[in-house]
Amino acid sequence: MTGMSISELEDMARKCRIEIVKMTHRAQAGHPGGSLSEIDILCALYGHRLRAKPEQPDWEDRDRFVLSKGHASPGMYAVLAEMGFINHEDLKSYRVKGGVCQGHVDMKWCPGVDFSAGSLGMGLSFGMGCAVAAKIDGSNRNAYVMVGDGEIQEGSIWEAAMAAAHHELGNLKLFLDCNGIQNDDFCEAQMRMFDIPAKWSSFGWAVKVIDGHNMQEIVSAIDWMDTITGQPAVVIAQTVKGKGVSFMENNPAFHGAAPSDEQLAQALSELGVSA
Amino acid sequence: MSRMAATRDGYGEALLALADNPKVVVLEADLGKSTKSLHFRKAHPERTVSCGIGEQNMLLVGAGLASSGYIPFASTFAIFTERAFEQMRNGVARPNLAVHLCGSHGGTHTGTDGSSAQSIEDLAIYRTLPNVVVMHPCDDISTKALTMQLPGLGSPSYMRTARNKTPVLYDGKENEIQIGKGVVLSEGNDVAIIACGVLVHEAMDAANMLKDEGINATVVDMHTIKPLDTELLDNLAKQCGAFVTAEDHSVIGGLGGAVAEHLVSSHPVPMEKIGVPDRFGESAGSEEMLEMMGLKSHHIVEAAKKAIARKV
Repeated sequence: MTGMSISELEDMARKCRIEIVKMTHRAQAGHPGGSLSEIDILCALYGHRLRAKPEQPDWEDRDRFVLSKGHASPGMYAVLAEMGFINHEDLKSYRVKGGVCQGHVDMKWCPGVDFSAGSLGMGLSFGMGCAVAAKIDGSNRNAYVMVGDGEIQEGSIWEAAMAAAHHELGNLKLFLDCNGIQNDDFCEAQMRMFDIPAKWSSFGWAVKVIDGHNMQEIVSAIDWMDTITGQPAVVIAQTVKGKGVSFMENNPAFHGAAPSDEQLAQALSELGVSA
Repeated sequence: MSRMAATRDGYGEALLALADNPKVVVLEADLGKSTKSLHFRKAHPERTVSCGIGEQNMLLVGAGLASSGYIPFASTFAIFTERAFEQMRNGVARPNLAVHLCGSHGGTHTGTDGSSAQSIEDLAIYRTLPNVVVMHPCDDISTKALTMQLPGLGSPSYMRTARNKTPVLYDGKENEIQIGKGVVLSEGNDVAIIACGVLVHEAMDAANMLKDEGINATVVDMHTIKPLDTELLDNLAKQCGAFVTAEDHSVIGGLGGAVAEHLVSSHPVPMEKIGVPDRFGESAGSEEMLEMMGLKSHHIVEAAKKAIARKV
């Protein structure tokens, strides 16, 4: 599942953005902001790099992807549908009783999901376990993890950061979606994190800072991650919460709020869907 | 005088014996010397993951390994497992990943380290988690036997072991140990004493003391608190008509809680609970702690008489 061109990835991301606003509108709940900030990275990872088989989601030697910020599930479901792990029809089951698209991504419910998320600060540790397993197996598969910037306020993130560097897990690759907003407010107001790249670097990680909405930069960063072998690598992506929908952009109100009918129409119009 | 041993030694022996299975991996949080996983680490460093003093990370590294086909055994002190409770809940139990967590140094029997180290609530909290098997064996032989069965379990588990030595009850009888099945150690029709962990031998002493007074007690080693051996309990309710539970754990929510929850909806009979009253411990020797908390054989004897007196 590799080899999509930059323009193909950009088109995939646009389609996924449409699904994100539709899903959250349909459910009248969910987290559009963080889904829209992460989506370019997810598309690049799945379309450009991730070794996985949609027709065999439990393939043992697949790369793992752990969405630790599991509330941003609409983004992941949209990508899984684009890649063929689930059907586009399944997207209608988001937050619906019995649906594969549970509120937070869940490995027991949805094909292609490798981690049952929900509580922040847990996915990096889980990804580390997957990376250790690959190492013991002698496999070259990778464990990719995505966390949010607010999420790194959880202390357990730093337990994992320290442990992964100690064990020299070159097969553990982290994306940090720095959209600058958490549940209650801007991160700056809730808990200043100061020099985030310096923190990861001082913990023994290889660090690269990119524009998380520039597809070429994202693809190059994923390729850069491949070159890091003796230590874990983190791509710190500067993103915009709600990216692609003007009234959601950089707006804390759309961390966990669904668009109204009017807002949906405007969002779809901005994303190039004719009424 | 029977042989004395600590349950944590049985855990360490079992891990080493399980190492023939290449999928078995061990996770440590800087207490392998204490929980006895160090024997495995020395023999198989390539399958041992040091997580430093970081229990939350350890539980989820275990979950990641389990999701990749490994059988992780993680251990630390019982009290420190509790700071990773949400990881156990959301990252292990919820997706039903077979991570096997061992909390050593449980209970007030831990002794002079004092109240901060004496977990008296671990059995209660882990018992509330769906999919999790909860065990508290009484000697090294049964600890080893139960641990050896865990790779075949297919679901996560929590096992409490103890720091200090107690009399060994199962020398040569390891075949009697099966997850989820209580062991009847002594038969009598007047009262059933259901015990776990370090209080099993106290229950046996109590049964002998009761016998001297003409009272015949059944003693059960209920090493598995969840799933509870309800079939045995139902039979004993009919046979004895009165119960005493005995555990080095809070009277709230542990073995006593589990037994009471079952009996009240099946065979309501008089029952007395021997356990740590609703308070924290303090620094004292193991035997001193059992006496202070009301967990000794003579306390069990009094509770048995009280339960029998309440029979209608």
